[in-house]
Amino acid sequence: MSNTDLKVKVWRGAEQGEFVEYLVPRNPNQTVLDVVTYIQRKLDPTLSYRFACRVGMCGSCAMTVNGVARWTCRTHVSQIVQGDALEIAPLNNLPVIKDLATDMREFFNKWKGAVGFFKGEKTRYDDFAKVQPDSEERQLANAGIECIGCGVCYASCEVVESRQNYLGPAALNRAWTLTNDVRDVQQLERMRAVAGDAGCHACHSQGSCTEACPKSIAPTASIAGLKKLVARAAVRGSKWGKL
Amino acid sequence: MGQVVNQGVLQAKLWYAQRISAMVLGICVAVHLVMIFYAIRGGLSAQEILGRTQGNVLFAFFYEVFVLACFIHAPIGISNILQETFPKMGIAKPAACILGILILVLGSTAVVGVYSGGAL
Repeated sequence: MSNTDLKVKVWRGAEQGEFVEYLVPRNPNQTVLDVVTYIQRKLDPTLSYRFACRVGMCGSCAMTVNGVARWTCRTHVSQIVQGDALEIAPLNNLPVIKDLATDMREFFNKWKGAVGFFKGEKTRYDDFAKVQPDSEERQLANAGIECIGCGVCYASCEVVESRQNYLGPAALNRAWTLTNDVRDVQQLERMRAVAGDAGCHACHSQGSCTEACPKSIAPTASIAGLKKLVARAAVRGSKWGKL
Repeated sequence: MGQVVNQGVLQAKLWYAQRISAMVLGICVAVHLVMIFYAIRGGLSAQEILGRTQGNVLFAFFYEVFVLACFIHAPIGISNILQETFPKMGIAKPAACILGILILVLGSTAVVGVYSGGAL
């Protein structure tokens, strides 16, 4: 061990398991993903984790680092290291498959449950839909459109932790961007899907998702938008009809 | 599935009712604070306070609105808190109903009592 080694505790096992400590050489500009990759390639090839693009586009490499959910490929060790120690665990609120890899099925099923997918009515024979870049809907959709589906918000959300059926910030943010997509034809179905205590109205507006989002999206604002829209549609109706 | 959807829409309506009642409560609390200053001017005994508030229709109407806003707002909030804190106990709805009835009955009784001076 040299003076510059990092003491890295990594979660090993599934739901049951323990933290195992590894010593990893400290390098300039080293990311947390570099640390995990070093452990797997040089110290213990049985370590399981997930990554793909390494440049913050794919959303695969999120983990809990020093107690906070982060995208590890764009998190420099120097930004978060406490002394010479790092603690790396799988994401919260998701079942652990092995070590740092979580089962993301429920997370993505909830996107589907929130009707978080596009459906238009035009065909290839129709002209392109014209959406003004400065229109209100386009601007609102823009605010949430850059989500990479990393699950950091879902792992940071207190309501997800306490309500098993809550759709979560990422799915609701996606629903909100589609609510503002003027080409989409599933608006009533989507509003019904996100209404109530399993959907947007369960959000406490605590803002943990917004604080943790690596893409600086504000799911809290998206959910607030959904709350108003859906509640109004339930009581007074909306431009797409009444719920 | 249909029932789940209806439940969601009902919860959305309750959320809306709670939001609107919160706006009413916001105004009511501010007016109530001013009312307290008015009611306690020059004497704090029950008789002196009743002397300034009794028999005033506007006063009674305002406080009945206050009671109704509480009747809508508080049970929805309590129900949500209990449901999240004790999801398996099933006490959220009964507790909310009891609280709602208590607020409505006790609140309205107090309004009528102050308005009529206990004559009714």
